Amino acid sequence: MTAWLRPLVILAGLCAAWYALVRLTGVPPYLLPDPPRVFEALYRRAGYLGENALHTLAEIVLGLGLGATLGMLTALSLARFATARRWLLPLVVVSQAIPVFALAPLFVLWFGYGMASKVAVACVVIFFPVASAFLDGLRRTDRGWVDLAQVMGAKPWRMLIHVRLPAALPSLASGLRLAAAIAPIAAVIGEWVGASAGLGFVMLQANGRLQIDLMFAALLVLAVMAVALYYATDTLLRWLVPWHPETTPTDD
Amino acid sequence: MQTASFPVSVTVHAARLEYDGAPLFDDLDFALAGGRWTCVLGPSGVGKTTLLRLIAGLAPRGGETRIVCDDGMPLAGRVAWMGQQDLLFPWLSVLDNVLLGGRLRGEPMGVTGRGTRARELLRLVGLDERMTARPDTLSGGQRQRVALARTLMEDRPIILMDEPFSGLDSITRWRLQEIAAEVLRGRTVLLVTHDPREALRLGHYVHVMAGRPARLDLPLALDGETPRRLDDGGLLRRESELISRLASAAAMMEPAR
Repeated sequence: MTAWLRPLVILAGLCAAWYALVRLTGVPPYLLPDPPRVFEALYRRAGYLGENALHTLAEIVLGLGLGATLGMLTALSLARFATARRWLLPLVVVSQAIPVFALAPLFVLWFGYGMASKVAVACVVIFFPVASAFLDGLRRTDRGWVDLAQVMGAKPWRMLIHVRLPAALPSLASGLRLAAAIAPIAAVIGEWVGASAGLGFVMLQANGRLQIDLMFAALLVLAVMAVALYYATDTLLRWLVPWHPETTPTDD
Repeated sequence: MQTASFPVSVTVHAARLEYDGAPLFDDLDFALAGGRWTCVLGPSGVGKTTLLRLIAGLAPRGGETRIVCDDGMPLAGRVAWMGQQDLLFPWLSVLDNVLLGGRLRGEPMGVTGRGTRARELLRLVGLDERMTARPDTLSGGQRQRVALARTLMEDRPIILMDEPFSGLDSITRWRLQEIAAEVLRGRTVLLVTHDPREALRLGHYVHVMAGRPARLDLPLALDGETPRRLDDGGLLRRESELISRLASAAAMMEPAR
């Protein structure tokens, strides 16, 4: 009960502080609107915001699915083939040195203003944490398990599928949690660079027209979506990897 | 229930293994008597576990190392391993952990009798009630009993054990020693342990490993049924003798540090 109550209390406290700040400093609403104005904008433009939120959500989910799948496949093949690891691992690491902001305009140029370029940006951003966390997990299998499987006569592929892969699932889960947390950021970056729909597009448009209340409303929707996505992912992963020490109750 | 063929003796000739450039052991000869328990005691770091890994094929055979079986067949594929930890897979049920070997070798899971045999073995170690449980819901002793059932499921003539009971409280350890002696009877067992009492209780031959490069002394040969009762005076005297030999073996390790 208190676990549910606490975030609500924090939220209410933040809103109160925000309201007090606006009242006390007398900031004009076109710089910082107070909460009632934002909620009013949220209500007034609910249809418009919902439509664009769905668009962004689709980009996030597609990017997450595609990026995570690519990341997992890469980690599996790098774990299995030492040659691939030697050649491709530096490439994977170097690819992370290129800021996504620099790539986003290119993706818009290649994949157009539509959804594909945003999915591509999200995919690129999500790929790395998933691939690196999973690969790390695959390479850190408990030596005792590997020894046991080896004495039992496991061939490398079976060792990978039946021992190293399940043993790496908790690491993969942390990678996926991180990916779920950054996926909304990636989609919005994609939308800022060039889009005709989505919450990032709404924010940019509203900002340009000094509809700051609408911008805040879009930001709010995005934040709620990001938090919901994170918790949904977390719940799903806890259910899929129930043996992970981190996910079993600590009070027993 | 037992289908592993007749006891197999194993002889290790001129074993050599280097660790950090220095030989951990060199020209080491060692024999496992068929169908008997051989126990190896020694101070930590002397290379007991490494010797076990060498026989299991988990450590590279250096120099002229040869390992032969008295029936002329290769050792590979005839060894079962029980480690310091129970090594149960937390994502598999107790029953699936017992069936692990077949799964890892890609043997068809539907083979008749496999499931039945796994259930029988779990009954043998007293865990048939917990077959569908996840390992993290079991106690340490129960987990080690599942590991024992998994070892038996492999049905290998040679069993290598690396301090399998060391993490358990003394009562649980006592019971598990009894179960292990019972169910592994007739197989060739190498048990590495740091507990002289465990060696005296279960072993037919007890070695002390000492020095660097390490040597094995002539084994202390014990007769009679295992697990032995420790309340007879002879065994207690031998225990104090073993402890003093272990103490001098540990003293030999000192200058190396």
